[in-house]
Amino acid sequence: MNEFIGSMDITAKGCNLYYGDFHALKDINIEIPEKQVTALIGPSGCGKSTFLKIFNRMNDLVEGCRMEGEYRIGGVDIFDKETDVNVLRKNVGMVFQKPNPFPMSIYDNIAFAPRTVGITKRSELDEIVERSLRRASIWDEVKDRLRKNALGMSGGQQQRLCIARSLAASPKVLLMDEPTSALDPISTGKIEELMEELKKDLTIVIVTHNMQQATRIADKTAFFLLGELVEYGNTDDIFTSPRDERTERYITGRFG
Amino acid sequence: MSIRKIFEEELAELKTQLVEMCRLTEQMISDAITALINRDRELGKSIGVTDKRVDEYEMAIEKKCMRILLKQQPVAKDFREVSTALKMITDIERFGDQAADIGDLVYTMLGNAYIKKLTHITAMGNLAIKMVRESVNSFINNDEALADEVIALDDQMDDMFLCVKTDLIELIKKDGRNGDQAIELMMVAKYLERIGDHAVNVAEWTKYNETGVHQKF
Amino acid sequence: MRKLYSALKYVCIACLAISLIALVAVVAYVLINGIGNLSFNLVFGEYKPDAPTLLPALVGTLELVAIAAIIAVPIGIASAIFLVEYTNNKGKFVKIVGIATETLAGIPSIVYGLFGYLIFVVAFGWGYSLLGGAITLAIMILPTIVRSTQESLLSVQGGLREGAYALGTSKVRTIFKIVLPSAAGGIVTAIILAIGRVVSESAVLILTIGMVVNKVPETLMAPGTSLALDIYYFANHGRPDEAAATAVVLLILVMLLNLLAGWIGNLIKKSTYGDAK
Repeated sequence: MNEFIGSMDITAKGCNLYYGDFHALKDINIEIPEKQVTALIGPSGCGKSTFLKIFNRMNDLVEGCRMEGEYRIGGVDIFDKETDVNVLRKNVGMVFQKPNPFPMSIYDNIAFAPRTVGITKRSELDEIVERSLRRASIWDEVKDRLRKNALGMSGGQQQRLCIARSLAASPKVLLMDEPTSALDPISTGKIEELMEELKKDLTIVIVTHNMQQATRIADKTAFFLLGELVEYGNTDDIFTSPRDERTERYITGRFG
Repeated sequence: MSIRKIFEEELAELKTQLVEMCRLTEQMISDAITALINRDRELGKSIGVTDKRVDEYEMAIEKKCMRILLKQQPVAKDFREVSTALKMITDIERFGDQAADIGDLVYTMLGNAYIKKLTHITAMGNLAIKMVRESVNSFINNDEALADEVIALDDQMDDMFLCVKTDLIELIKKDGRNGDQAIELMMVAKYLERIGDHAVNVAEWTKYNETGVHQKF
Repeated sequence: MRKLYSALKYVCIACLAISLIALVAVVAYVLINGIGNLSFNLVFGEYKPDAPTLLPALVGTLELVAIAAIIAVPIGIASAIFLVEYTNNKGKFVKIVGIATETLAGIPSIVYGLFGYLIFVVAFGWGYSLLGGAITLAIMILPTIVRSTQESLLSVQGGLREGAYALGTSKVRTIFKIVLPSAAGGIVTAIILAIGRVVSESAVLILTIGMVVNKVPETLMAPGTSLALDIYYFANHGRPDEAAATAVVLLILVMLLNLLAGWIGNLIKKSTYGDAK
């Protein structure tokens, strides 16, 4: 069985992905460094979300999805026979565009992943729940209502709860698919702050449509267009002097 | 009108104002030299009044740049153009300051006849005007080659400055009474040489605007 | 145009009034005619030719409901889970099964009755029996349960499944801990409706459990009766007062069953969802 230990950099080599006849990702090669925030940007349908979902193998659930290439996280081939997809997903957490707390109590939401791996001792669960909520900086807001239904929280709180829920599985990588697109600026700010904090221990890859967000939080930025990785580099370079004309046109809003 | 269109219009307006500001300073330098040659104290004094208008341009352009940065949050080339303009106006404003300083000297300069011919100083003045105009034009026209030319021209400026300096030292050595005027002419030459340096700064920002790299020459 | 809209509004209000009046009228009619004839002896007494009782029917009905539910609910829910969670929802197989279940749900119950009669009474040689009737009823309500459960499962937000998978949760755990609890409300409603059909069914039962109104069935293999059958029997044998009283009992029973199902549904929700907001 393959374990995820050591560094958590992500690499994709010769990545091609097809939905049926549709060639969704075209020959992508990328090395994403560990403990940094990497933003994937590009117009809708450019394949950035699809690319993100490769790394916790969510595309496995999609009918007619076919892939080529080599994908490694911390040196481990994630499509290897020896790699258990559920172990992979525990190590590679994911936060979705729409907050999706389970319809159960705040406590049970966080305890869900630990319980999956067989942790049932109350004191142990209590500790994991508190630690995860603190790391997602939402503990103070919810500590008095852990037994309340998570669906009663605001959208921004729900999203941070979902982050805490991922953290409870102690992942090494966090994939975020437009995590703030449904949130107001204050909630967005809180989540961006959180990412800044979390990248001390985690590799974060985020898909975002918000250019300013990418410039604020990302160390590296990758620009996707029509299934191709057009440009990848330091965020500062991409946003002050992109090398590719297409990147320039996209980020300055001159497409179409 | 699309947001993009609004942005482009704002940028175009910004550049027009930059050119207007630049033309004012060219005129000031030209006036300063004329006043110097003709010992026209009134013309010299009027340059200081024009300098107020240059300052107003600087404030207006600065405000406009900041508003664009705030409202449009430009990136890539857009971002470089606005930040270049913002940095550039400081140097353009200095063109005006230096010209006004020369104007003040005309007003206060002692003695009736010049102790030396103003050939070199006139040449320096013309070169300064050329450098000022071309440095700003290089930005407006996205002309990196022109910016390189401006940077190269500064060597000529430095050479002429050295010439003037040596001449003046000789004159003081010959006759101590030349000292007062020599020092003032020396300052005129220094001001013109400084204008050249600021033009080089403007050219460097043009190069940043084109390449994304800011380099000192 | 505006006139048309406001006219439409009044038509709708009128229709609503008609439905409400019909409902109230039926309930009121049953209660007015029935309550006066209710007595302890009628419901729980011993059967005598001149003083019939409902006890055999009450026992029979409860047994039928219990057995039919025990058979149909797990099978129905499991089938729906298979169809929704383990097959491609847009695939041919699911489409065919969908058409089949819908057709089965629309077949008149007498056809099921005939089927039960030919299989259990004749072919198996059980004669009239509660078990045969209950199994026939289970088969009859199965399509409804499958169909409604399928709908409830499909209406669970995809995001919840994704969220669970993304935490490294297995499919089985995702279904039992996330999907089923979220769909519990809809599934319970489906079961209530199915049980309602069992309680009110008569055609199937005439052909499968006989109509032995005077004896409490001793085993599941014995013939028996149900409340609905009793109404039919009393009405046919010149006892309209008893028929009306039986109708009241049936009404109350249906109400109790609904309350029970609702309570169970809430219990499921609470045990997995935690307290309400």
